[in-house]
Amino acid sequence: MSAMWLAITRRDLLLARRRRVEALLPLGFFVLAAGLFPIGVSPEPQMLRQIAPGVVWVCALLAAMLSVTQMFSSDHLDGSLEQMLLAPQSLVALVAGKVLAHWLSSGLPLVLVSPLIGLMFDMDARSIGAMTASLLLGTPILSLLGAVGAALTLGLRSGAALVFLVVLPLTVPALIFGTGAVGAVAAGLSPQAHLSLLGALLIVSGLAAPLATAAALRISLE
Amino acid sequence: MKWTTYAAPSRFYALAGRLTPWCWAAAALFGLAGLWTGFAIAPTDFQQGDAYRIIFIHVPAAWMSMVIYLAMAFWAAWGWMLNARMASMYARALAPTGALFTFVALWTGAFWGKPTWGTWWVWDARLTSEFILLMLYLGYIALTEAIDDPRRSANAGALLALVGAVNIPVIYFSVKWWNTLHQGSTISVGAAPKMVATMLTAMLLMTLSFWAYSFAVAFTRARAVVLEQESEAEWVRGL
Repeated sequence: MSAMWLAITRRDLLLARRRRVEALLPLGFFVLAAGLFPIGVSPEPQMLRQIAPGVVWVCALLAAMLSVTQMFSSDHLDGSLEQMLLAPQSLVALVAGKVLAHWLSSGLPLVLVSPLIGLMFDMDARSIGAMTASLLLGTPILSLLGAVGAALTLGLRSGAALVFLVVLPLTVPALIFGTGAVGAVAAGLSPQAHLSLLGALLIVSGLAAPLATAAALRISLE
Repeated sequence: MKWTTYAAPSRFYALAGRLTPWCWAAAALFGLAGLWTGFAIAPTDFQQGDAYRIIFIHVPAAWMSMVIYLAMAFWAAWGWMLNARMASMYARALAPTGALFTFVALWTGAFWGKPTWGTWWVWDARLTSEFILLMLYLGYIALTEAIDDPRRSANAGALLALVGAVNIPVIYFSVKWWNTLHQGSTISVGAAPKMVATMLTAMLLMTLSFWAYSFAVAFTRARAVVLEQESEAEWVRGL
Protein backbone atom coordinates (compact mmCIF):
# COMPACT_ATOMS: atom_id res chain seq x y z
CA MET A 1 0.00 0.00 0.00
CA SER A 2 2.79 2.43 0.90
CA ALA A 3 4.55 1.52 -2.37
CA MET A 4 1.47 2.58 -4.31
CA TRP A 5 1.20 5.72 -2.23
CA LEU A 6 4.75 6.79 -2.97
CA ALA A 7 4.53 5.75 -6.61
CA ILE A 8 1.53 8.02 -7.16
CA THR A 9 3.20 10.88 -5.31
CA ARG A 10 6.36 10.48 -7.37
CA ARG A 11 4.38 10.31 -10.60
CA ASP A 12 2.38 13.46 -9.84
CA LEU A 13 5.49 15.33 -8.77
CA LEU A 14 7.20 14.29 -11.98
CA LEU A 15 4.22 15.53 -13.98
CA ALA A 16 4.33 18.81 -12.07
CA ARG A 17 8.05 19.16 -12.78
CA ARG A 18 7.44 18.69 -16.51
CA ARG A 19 4.99 21.61 -16.44
CA ARG A 20 6.92 23.88 -14.19
CA VAL A 21 5.22 27.18 -14.97
CA GLU A 22 1.77 25.67 -14.57
CA ALA A 23 2.78 24.18 -11.23
CA LEU A 24 4.04 27.52 -9.96
CA LEU A 25 0.90 29.45 -10.97
CA PRO A 26 -0.71 29.20 -7.50
CA LEU A 27 2.47 30.59 -5.99
CA GLY A 28 2.38 33.52 -8.41
CA PHE A 29 -1.26 34.13 -7.54
CA PHE A 30 -0.45 33.97 -3.83
CA VAL A 31 2.33 36.57 -4.01
CA LEU A 32 0.42 38.85 -6.36
CA ALA A 33 -2.83 38.75 -4.34
CA ALA A 34 -0.99 39.41 -1.08
CA GLY A 35 0.88 42.25 -2.75
CA LEU A 36 -2.37 43.93 -3.77
CA PHE A 37 -3.47 44.48 -0.18
CA PRO A 38 -0.97 47.17 0.82
CA ILE A 39 -1.90 49.01 -2.39
CA GLY A 40 -5.61 48.57 -1.82
CA VAL A 41 -5.82 49.06 1.95
CA SER A 42 -3.00 51.27 3.17
CA PRO A 43 0.81 51.27 3.14
CA GLU A 44 0.91 52.19 6.87
CA PRO A 45 3.24 49.66 8.62
CA GLN A 46 0.96 49.63 11.68
CA MET A 47 -2.06 48.64 9.61
CA LEU A 48 -0.07 46.15 7.53
CA ARG A 49 1.21 44.37 10.62
CA GLN A 50 -2.36 44.00 11.82
CA ILE A 51 -3.84 42.56 8.62
CA ALA A 52 -0.82 40.49 7.56
CA PRO A 53 -1.76 37.09 9.05
CA GLY A 54 -5.31 37.30 7.70
CA VAL A 55 -4.17 38.41 4.26
CA VAL A 56 -1.55 35.67 3.99
CA TRP A 57 -3.97 33.01 5.17
CA VAL A 58 -6.84 34.07 2.92
CA CYS A 59 -4.52 34.27 -0.07
CA ALA A 60 -3.20 30.80 0.76
CA LEU A 61 -6.81 29.51 0.94
CA LEU A 62 -7.66 30.97 -2.45
CA ALA A 63 -4.42 29.78 -4.04
CA ALA A 64 -5.06 26.25 -2.76
CA MET A 65 -8.61 26.24 -4.16
CA LEU A 66 -7.29 27.54 -7.46
CA SER A 67 -4.88 24.66 -7.91
CA VAL A 68 -6.86 21.86 -6.33
CA THR A 69 -9.09 21.27 -9.37
CA GLN A 70 -5.94 20.17 -11.24
CA MET A 71 -5.53 17.24 -8.88
CA PHE A 72 -7.83 14.88 -10.78
CA SER A 73 -8.86 16.73 -13.93
CA SER A 74 -6.05 15.74 -16.31
CA ASP A 75 -6.19 12.11 -15.17
CA HIS A 76 -9.93 12.25 -15.68
CA LEU A 77 -9.58 13.68 -19.18
CA ASP A 78 -7.12 11.07 -20.45
CA GLY A 79 -8.98 8.21 -18.77
CA SER A 80 -6.21 7.12 -16.41
CA LEU A 81 -8.36 7.99 -13.39
CA GLU A 82 -10.87 5.29 -14.36
CA GLN A 83 -8.03 2.78 -14.59
CA MET A 84 -6.88 3.84 -11.13
CA LEU A 85 -10.37 3.22 -9.77
CA LEU A 86 -10.34 -0.26 -11.30
CA ALA A 87 -6.90 -1.06 -9.89
CA PRO A 88 -6.75 -3.67 -7.14
CA GLN A 89 -4.86 -1.28 -4.85
CA SER A 90 -6.73 0.83 -2.36
CA LEU A 91 -8.27 4.00 -3.76
CA VAL A 92 -7.76 5.73 -0.41
CA ALA A 93 -3.99 5.23 -0.72
CA LEU A 94 -4.09 6.64 -4.22
CA VAL A 95 -5.97 9.70 -3.03
CA ALA A 96 -3.52 10.16 -0.16
CA GLY A 97 -0.64 10.01 -2.63
CA LYS A 98 -2.23 12.59 -4.87
CA VAL A 99 -2.95 14.90 -1.94
CA LEU A 100 0.63 14.62 -0.75
CA ALA A 101 1.90 15.45 -4.24
CA HIS A 102 -0.46 18.42 -4.44
CA TRP A 103 0.72 19.73 -1.12
CA LEU A 104 4.41 19.28 -2.00
CA SER A 105 4.02 21.00 -5.34
CA SER A 106 1.66 23.85 -4.44
CA GLY A 107 1.24 24.03 -0.65
CA LEU A 108 4.85 23.82 0.47
CA PRO A 109 6.05 26.64 -1.86
CA LEU A 110 3.47 28.93 -0.23
CA VAL A 111 4.82 28.06 3.22
CA LEU A 112 8.38 28.74 2.07
CA VAL A 113 7.49 32.09 0.52
CA SER A 114 5.24 33.30 3.35
CA PRO A 115 8.15 34.66 5.52
CA LEU A 116 9.03 37.00 2.65
CA ILE A 117 5.45 38.25 2.54
CA GLY A 118 5.66 38.68 6.31
CA LEU A 119 8.70 40.93 5.81
CA MET A 120 6.87 42.95 3.17
CA PHE A 121 4.09 43.46 5.74
CA ASP A 122 6.60 44.57 8.39
CA MET A 123 5.94 41.66 10.76
CA ASP A 124 8.44 40.87 13.51
CA ALA A 125 10.44 37.66 13.56
CA ARG A 126 8.33 35.84 16.16
CA SER A 127 5.08 36.56 14.34
CA ILE A 128 6.62 35.38 11.09
CA GLY A 129 7.70 32.19 12.81
CA ALA A 130 4.19 31.57 14.16
CA MET A 131 2.65 32.32 10.78
CA THR A 132 4.98 29.95 8.95
CA ALA A 133 4.35 27.23 11.51
CA SER A 134 0.59 27.70 11.22
CA LEU A 135 0.78 27.54 7.42
CA LEU A 136 2.96 24.45 7.61
CA LEU A 137 0.22 22.73 9.63
CA GLY A 138 -2.66 24.38 7.78
CA THR A 139 -1.87 24.06 4.08
CA PRO A 140 -2.09 20.22 4.14
CA ILE A 141 -5.62 20.64 5.55
CA LEU A 142 -6.46 22.81 2.55
CA SER A 143 -5.11 20.17 0.15
CA LEU A 144 -7.10 17.46 1.95
CA LEU A 145 -10.41 19.34 2.00
CA GLY A 146 -9.80 20.64 -1.50
CA ALA A 147 -9.41 17.06 -2.73
CA VAL A 148 -12.97 16.29 -1.55
CA GLY A 149 -14.30 19.29 -3.45
CA ALA A 150 -12.25 18.50 -6.54
CA ALA A 151 -13.53 14.91 -6.57
CA LEU A 152 -17.16 16.03 -6.11
CA THR A 153 -17.00 18.57 -8.95
CA LEU A 154 -15.00 16.34 -11.30
CA GLY A 155 -15.79 17.07 -14.94
CA LEU A 156 -18.51 19.64 -14.26
CA ARG A 157 -18.83 22.71 -16.46
CA SER A 158 -18.58 25.13 -13.55
CA GLY A 159 -16.30 22.89 -11.48
CA ALA A 160 -13.59 25.46 -10.81
CA ALA A 161 -16.01 28.02 -9.36
CA LEU A 162 -18.00 25.37 -7.47
CA VAL A 163 -14.92 24.19 -5.57
CA PHE A 164 -14.62 27.62 -3.97
CA LEU A 165 -18.25 27.64 -2.81
CA VAL A 166 -18.20 24.03 -1.65
CA VAL A 167 -14.86 23.91 0.15
CA LEU A 168 -14.23 27.39 1.54
CA PRO A 169 -16.92 27.22 4.29
CA LEU A 170 -15.28 24.02 5.53
CA THR A 171 -11.88 25.69 5.86
CA VAL A 172 -13.08 28.34 8.32
CA PRO A 173 -11.76 26.53 11.45
CA ALA A 174 -8.28 26.24 9.88
CA LEU A 175 -8.36 29.94 9.04
CA ILE A 176 -9.41 30.86 12.57
CA PHE A 177 -6.73 28.84 14.34
CA GLY A 178 -4.08 29.74 11.78
CA THR A 179 -4.54 33.48 12.15
CA GLY A 180 -5.22 33.01 15.87
CA ALA A 181 -1.70 31.63 16.35
CA VAL A 182 -0.19 34.82 14.93
CA GLY A 183 -2.61 36.95 16.91
CA ALA A 184 -1.57 35.20 20.12
CA VAL A 185 2.10 35.95 19.44
CA ALA A 186 1.28 39.58 18.68
CA ALA A 187 -0.57 39.77 22.03
CA GLY A 188 2.49 38.34 23.84
CA LEU A 189 0.98 34.89 24.41
CA SER A 190 2.10 31.47 23.34
CA PRO A 191 0.73 30.26 19.97
CA GLN A 192 0.85 26.69 21.20
CA ALA A 193 -2.88 26.27 21.85
CA HIS A 194 -3.78 27.39 18.34
CA LEU A 195 -1.09 25.28 16.76
CA SER A 196 -2.22 22.23 18.74
CA LEU A 197 -5.80 22.70 17.54
CA LEU A 198 -4.54 23.14 14.00
CA GLY A 199 -2.58 19.92 14.37
CA ALA A 200 -5.70 18.16 15.66
CA LEU A 201 -7.63 19.43 12.62
CA LEU A 202 -4.84 18.13 10.38
CA ILE A 203 -4.97 14.68 11.96
CA VAL A 204 -8.77 14.46 11.73
CA SER A 205 -8.93 15.67 8.15
CA GLY A 206 -5.96 13.47 7.25
CA LEU A 207 -7.92 10.46 8.47
CA ALA A 208 -11.33 11.40 7.09
CA ALA A 209 -10.74 13.39 3.91
CA PRO A 210 -9.05 10.64 1.83
CA LEU A 211 -11.99 8.33 2.62
CA ALA A 212 -14.48 11.03 1.61
CA THR A 213 -12.48 11.81 -1.53
CA ALA A 214 -12.39 8.15 -2.53
CA ALA A 215 -16.17 7.92 -2.04
CA ALA A 216 -16.66 11.13 -4.03
CA LEU A 217 -14.53 9.79 -6.90
CA ARG A 218 -16.66 6.64 -7.03
CA ILE A 219 -19.83 8.77 -7.06
CA SER A 220 -18.48 10.98 -9.82
CA LEU A 221 -17.29 8.17 -12.07
CA GLU A 222 -19.86 5.44 -11.56
CA MET B 1 -48.46 -1.77 4.56
CA LYS B 2 -44.72 -1.82 5.24
CA TRP B 3 -42.54 1.00 6.50
CA THR B 4 -41.06 1.33 3.05
CA THR B 5 -44.47 1.88 1.43
CA TYR B 6 -43.96 5.59 0.94
CA ALA B 7 -40.43 5.15 -0.39
CA ALA B 8 -42.06 4.60 -3.77
CA PRO B 9 -42.19 8.00 -5.49
CA SER B 10 -45.73 7.40 -6.80
CA ARG B 11 -47.15 6.67 -3.33
CA PHE B 12 -45.16 9.48 -1.74
CA TYR B 13 -46.50 11.82 -4.41
CA ALA B 14 -50.09 10.93 -3.51
CA LEU B 15 -49.51 11.06 0.26
CA ALA B 16 -47.68 14.41 0.11
CA GLY B 17 -50.49 15.80 -2.02
CA ARG B 18 -53.03 14.82 0.61
CA LEU B 19 -50.96 16.14 3.54
CA THR B 20 -49.95 19.48 2.06
CA PRO B 21 -53.27 21.34 2.64
CA TRP B 22 -53.31 20.20 6.28
CA CYS B 23 -49.75 21.44 6.73
CA TRP B 24 -50.67 24.80 5.27
CA ALA B 25 -53.70 25.00 7.56
CA ALA B 26 -51.60 24.15 10.62
CA ALA B 27 -48.94 26.69 9.57
CA ALA B 28 -51.54 29.45 9.23
CA LEU B 29 -53.34 28.54 12.45
CA PHE B 30 -50.23 28.30 14.63
CA GLY B 31 -48.76 31.32 12.90
CA LEU B 32 -51.77 33.52 13.62
CA ALA B 33 -51.96 32.30 17.21
CA GLY B 34 -48.25 32.81 17.69
CA LEU B 35 -48.22 36.30 16.18
CA TRP B 36 -51.25 37.29 18.23
CA THR B 37 -49.69 36.00 21.45
CA GLY B 38 -46.35 37.52 20.59
CA PHE B 39 -47.44 40.93 19.43
CA ALA B 40 -50.66 41.57 21.35
CA ILE B 41 -50.51 39.61 24.61
CA ALA B 42 -46.82 39.26 25.53
CA PRO B 43 -45.64 42.15 27.73
CA THR B 44 -43.13 44.75 26.59
CA ASP B 45 -39.61 44.01 27.72
CA PHE B 46 -38.44 46.53 30.32
CA GLN B 47 -34.97 46.73 28.82
CA GLN B 48 -35.36 46.23 25.09
CA GLY B 49 -38.83 47.75 24.64
CA ASP B 50 -40.89 46.35 21.79
CA ALA B 51 -37.86 45.64 19.60
CA TYR B 52 -37.41 42.28 21.29
CA ARG B 53 -40.60 40.99 19.63
CA ILE B 54 -38.62 40.08 16.52
CA ILE B 55 -37.35 37.06 18.45
CA PHE B 56 -40.74 35.39 17.87
CA ILE B 57 -39.62 35.04 14.26
CA HIS B 58 -35.86 35.12 14.71
CA VAL B 59 -35.38 32.30 17.18
CA PRO B 60 -37.73 29.78 15.51
CA ALA B 61 -36.14 30.57 12.13
CA ALA B 62 -32.67 29.98 13.56
CA TRP B 63 -33.83 26.67 15.08
CA MET B 64 -35.35 25.61 11.77
CA SER B 65 -32.20 26.50 9.85
CA MET B 66 -30.23 24.01 11.93
CA VAL B 67 -32.90 21.30 12.17
CA ILE B 68 -33.48 21.35 8.42
CA TYR B 69 -29.75 20.99 7.71
CA LEU B 70 -29.62 17.90 9.89
CA ALA B 71 -32.81 16.52 8.31
CA MET B 72 -31.42 17.21 4.85
CA ALA B 73 -28.10 15.49 5.65
CA PHE B 74 -30.00 12.56 7.19
CA TRP B 75 -32.28 11.96 4.20
CA ALA B 76 -29.49 12.55 1.71
CA ALA B 77 -27.31 10.00 3.51
CA TRP B 78 -30.26 7.61 3.72
CA GLY B 79 -30.82 7.91 -0.01
CA TRP B 80 -27.14 7.40 -0.73
CA MET B 81 -26.59 4.37 1.48
CA LEU B 82 -29.86 2.52 0.85
CA ASN B 83 -30.14 3.72 -2.73
CA ALA B 84 -33.58 5.15 -1.93
CA ARG B 85 -34.39 7.71 -4.60
CA MET B 86 -37.31 9.23 -2.73
CA ALA B 87 -35.10 10.10 0.26
CA SER B 88 -32.62 11.85 -2.04
CA MET B 89 -35.39 13.81 -3.71
CA TYR B 90 -36.77 14.84 -0.34
CA ALA B 91 -33.32 16.01 0.82
CA ARG B 92 -33.05 18.11 -2.28
CA ALA B 93 -36.51 19.57 -1.65
CA LEU B 94 -35.51 20.58 1.90
CA ALA B 95 -32.42 22.59 0.95
CA PRO B 96 -34.02 25.83 -0.33
CA THR B 97 -36.31 26.01 2.71
CA GLY B 98 -33.34 25.61 5.03
CA ALA B 99 -31.44 28.30 3.19
CA LEU B 100 -34.49 30.56 3.39
CA PHE B 101 -34.78 30.14 7.17
CA THR B 102 -31.06 30.77 7.58
CA PHE B 103 -31.45 33.97 5.62
CA VAL B 104 -34.54 34.98 7.64
CA ALA B 105 -32.64 34.35 10.88
CA LEU B 106 -29.77 36.57 9.72
CA TRP B 107 -32.13 39.25 8.41
CA THR B 108 -34.30 39.46 11.51
CA GLY B 109 -31.15 39.31 13.62
CA ALA B 110 -29.93 42.43 11.84
CA PHE B 111 -33.27 44.14 12.52
CA TRP B 112 -32.96 43.23 16.19
CA GLY B 113 -29.30 44.21 16.37
CA LYS B 114 -29.80 47.73 15.04
CA PRO B 115 -31.91 49.10 17.92
CA THR B 116 -30.39 46.84 20.58
CA TRP B 117 -26.67 46.71 19.79
CA GLY B 118 -26.68 49.80 17.58
CA THR B 119 -25.35 47.96 14.55
CA TRP B 120 -26.79 45.83 11.76
CA TRP B 121 -24.08 43.25 11.84
CA VAL B 122 -21.33 42.08 14.17
CA TRP B 123 -18.93 39.23 13.55
CA ASP B 124 -19.82 37.36 16.70
CA ALA B 125 -19.88 33.59 17.03
CA ARG B 126 -23.49 32.86 16.25
CA LEU B 127 -23.90 35.33 13.42
CA THR B 128 -20.73 34.07 11.82
CA SER B 129 -21.62 30.41 12.13
CA GLU B 130 -25.14 31.10 10.85
CA PHE B 131 -23.53 32.93 7.93
CA ILE B 132 -21.30 29.93 7.24
CA LEU B 133 -24.37 27.67 7.49
CA LEU B 134 -25.96 29.75 4.73
CA MET B 135 -22.82 29.21 2.64
CA LEU B 136 -23.03 25.45 3.28
CA TYR B 137 -26.64 25.45 2.05
CA LEU B 138 -25.69 27.45 -1.03
CA GLY B 139 -22.79 25.09 -1.73
CA TYR B 140 -25.12 22.10 -1.50
CA ILE B 141 -27.72 23.69 -3.76
CA ALA B 142 -25.10 24.82 -6.27
CA LEU B 143 -23.48 21.39 -6.38
CA THR B 144 -26.73 19.45 -6.80
CA GLU B 145 -27.94 21.87 -9.46
CA ALA B 146 -24.65 21.73 -11.39
CA ILE B 147 -24.77 17.94 -11.88
CA ASP B 148 -27.18 16.80 -14.58
CA ASP B 149 -27.27 13.10 -13.76
CA PRO B 150 -29.85 12.75 -10.93
CA ARG B 151 -28.10 9.85 -9.24
CA ARG B 152 -24.67 11.45 -9.20
CA SER B 153 -26.24 14.75 -8.14
CA ALA B 154 -28.04 13.15 -5.18
CA ASN B 155 -25.02 11.15 -4.00
CA ALA B 156 -22.52 13.98 -4.37
CA GLY B 157 -24.93 16.22 -2.47
CA ALA B 158 -25.26 13.58 0.24
CA LEU B 159 -21.49 13.37 0.70
CA LEU B 160 -21.21 17.15 0.87
CA ALA B 161 -24.10 17.43 3.34
CA LEU B 162 -22.51 14.78 5.56
CA VAL B 163 -19.11 16.48 5.50
CA GLY B 164 -20.88 19.73 6.34
CA ALA B 165 -22.86 18.16 9.19
CA VAL B 166 -19.66 16.77 10.71
CA ASN B 167 -18.04 20.17 10.34
CA ILE B 168 -20.84 22.24 11.87
CA PRO B 169 -19.83 21.63 15.52
CA VAL B 170 -16.17 22.27 14.66
CA ILE B 171 -17.08 25.50 12.90
CA TYR B 172 -19.38 26.55 15.73
CA PHE B 173 -16.83 26.04 18.49
CA SER B 174 -13.94 27.51 16.55
CA VAL B 175 -15.96 30.61 15.81
CA LYS B 176 -17.11 30.75 19.42
CA TRP B 177 -13.56 30.79 20.75
CA TRP B 178 -12.66 33.31 18.11
CA ASN B 179 -15.07 36.02 19.19
CA THR B 180 -18.33 36.38 21.07
CA LEU B 181 -20.84 39.10 21.78
CA HIS B 182 -24.22 37.45 21.22
CA GLN B 183 -26.33 37.16 24.35
CA GLY B 184 -26.36 33.70 25.94
CA SER B 185 -29.20 31.44 24.95
CA THR B 186 -32.41 32.18 26.81
CA ILE B 187 -33.95 28.76 26.47
CA SER B 188 -32.05 25.60 27.24
CA VAL B 189 -33.16 22.10 28.03
CA GLY B 190 -33.02 21.39 31.76
CA ALA B 191 -33.01 24.99 32.96
CA ALA B 192 -36.00 27.16 33.70
CA PRO B 193 -36.47 29.62 30.81
CA LYS B 194 -35.62 33.19 31.72
CA MET B 195 -38.71 34.66 30.12
CA VAL B 196 -42.40 35.17 30.78
CA ALA B 197 -44.69 32.24 30.00
CA THR B 198 -46.60 34.14 27.29
CA MET B 199 -43.36 34.91 25.46
CA LEU B 200 -42.37 31.26 25.58
CA THR B 201 -45.84 30.23 24.35
CA ALA B 202 -45.63 32.63 21.43
CA MET B 203 -42.20 31.37 20.48
CA LEU B 204 -43.28 27.74 20.63
CA LEU B 205 -46.41 28.49 18.57
CA MET B 206 -44.27 30.18 15.94
CA THR B 207 -41.92 27.20 15.94
CA LEU B 208 -44.84 24.84 15.31
CA SER B 209 -46.02 27.12 12.53
CA PHE B 210 -42.56 27.10 10.90
CA TRP B 211 -42.40 23.32 11.17
CA ALA B 212 -45.76 22.98 9.44
CA TYR B 213 -44.72 25.50 6.81
CA SER B 214 -41.48 23.58 6.18
CA PHE B 215 -43.39 20.34 5.70
CA ALA B 216 -45.88 21.99 3.36
CA VAL B 217 -43.22 23.59 1.20
CA ALA B 218 -40.89 20.59 1.22
CA PHE B 219 -43.75 18.27 0.24
CA THR B 220 -44.78 20.56 -2.59
CA ARG B 221 -41.21 20.87 -3.84
CA ALA B 222 -40.60 17.13 -3.47
CA ARG B 223 -43.69 16.50 -5.61
CA ALA B 224 -42.24 18.74 -8.29
CA VAL B 225 -38.89 16.93 -8.12
CA VAL B 226 -40.68 13.59 -8.39
CA LEU B 227 -42.57 14.73 -11.49
CA GLU B 228 -39.35 16.02 -13.03
CA GLN B 229 -37.29 12.90 -12.41
CA GLU B 230 -40.06 10.38 -13.06
CA SER B 231 -41.43 12.09 -16.17
CA GLU B 232 -40.84 8.87 -18.16
CA ALA B 233 -42.80 6.68 -15.72
CA GLU B 234 -46.18 5.24 -16.59
CA TRP B 235 -48.02 6.67 -13.58
CA VAL B 236 -46.81 10.22 -14.23
CA ARG B 237 -48.11 10.13 -17.77
CA GLY B 238 -51.41 8.82 -16.42
CA LEU B 239 -51.85 11.88 -14.16
